Amino acid sequence: MKKLLVILGNLGFAVALIAGMLDLGPAPVDLRPAVAANLSASGVAHPVTAVLLNFRGYDTLLEIAVLLLALLGIFAIAGEKQVEPAQRIDPLLQMLARLAVPLMLIVAIYLLWAGAHRPGGAFQAAAILAAGAVLLHLVGLLPGWVQPARWLRWGLAGGFLIFVALAAVMLAEGSLLQYPPAWAGGLILLIESGLTVSLGLILAGLFLFLSSDGEQA
Amino acid sequence: MSLDSVFDLLLAVALLWSAWRTLMTPLLDRAVILFIVFGLLMALAWARLAAPDIGLAEAAIGAGLTGALLLDALGILRQRRKDSP
Repeated sequence: MKKLLVILGNLGFAVALIAGMLDLGPAPVDLRPAVAANLSASGVAHPVTAVLLNFRGYDTLLEIAVLLLALLGIFAIAGEKQVEPAQRIDPLLQMLARLAVPLMLIVAIYLLWAGAHRPGGAFQAAAILAAGAVLLHLVGLLPGWVQPARWLRWGLAGGFLIFVALAAVMLAEGSLLQYPPAWAGGLILLIESGLTVSLGLILAGLFLFLSSDGEQA
Repeated sequence: MSLDSVFDLLLAVALLWSAWRTLMTPLLDRAVILFIVFGLLMALAWARLAAPDIGLAEAAIGAGLTGALLLDALGILRQRRKDSP
């Protein structure tokens, strides 16, 4: 009886949601014309990148801060660990990873570069970098990370630090993250490059710091 | 009915089906694989909705990294179970 009530309630809710989606009114504020009108001043030619890195750069700044915090949280809960001794892995898999990872690196750089004028950008490039690191770890070519050494700490925080430093410079000039139009393209590329490296390391770290944890299948 | 709408309909049905199976299957490893399948289908759906940016992020982070993390967690769980029967 209770189960039936729950099912009925959920079905009713689903129908109400679908009905709501079907006659979705026009958005109260249509920002597309505003984005299109200011695209030429943003320094990039792709509207999504323009919104993420220029018009709403503040959101992206906080996003990378959140991801960095998540990784710090993992440091806090992971605690002491011992490194797993190397296990025997099919050399064919290692060969495949050795072939795939350089290609992934090229794709990541392409996505970073393409972000200025077509779908792509720092997050996608970073995810591919991280996937490459995870792949190398899974075939035993890259050991899990136990404690971040100095260069790794800088790499993890670097993208955020570059972003914050540029924001601080902009703040001195005028307002937060308001790039001078002539420099916007170069500054966005600089920020995105830093973000790609840092996010790649952070996302890979989410896997590599956790997976060296004690025993592993 | 054009080929596009047939594909979209199939995609929507496959999405709902994989989501349902992910939640309902009693086997953890099957649930993880189905979750990865769901993520990849979701990426395809974003691409069909003309949002390739989100599709790329979904495929790389949603299906790829999360799937790898879940598989890793599964491996550790299985190891623990083997150690203490």
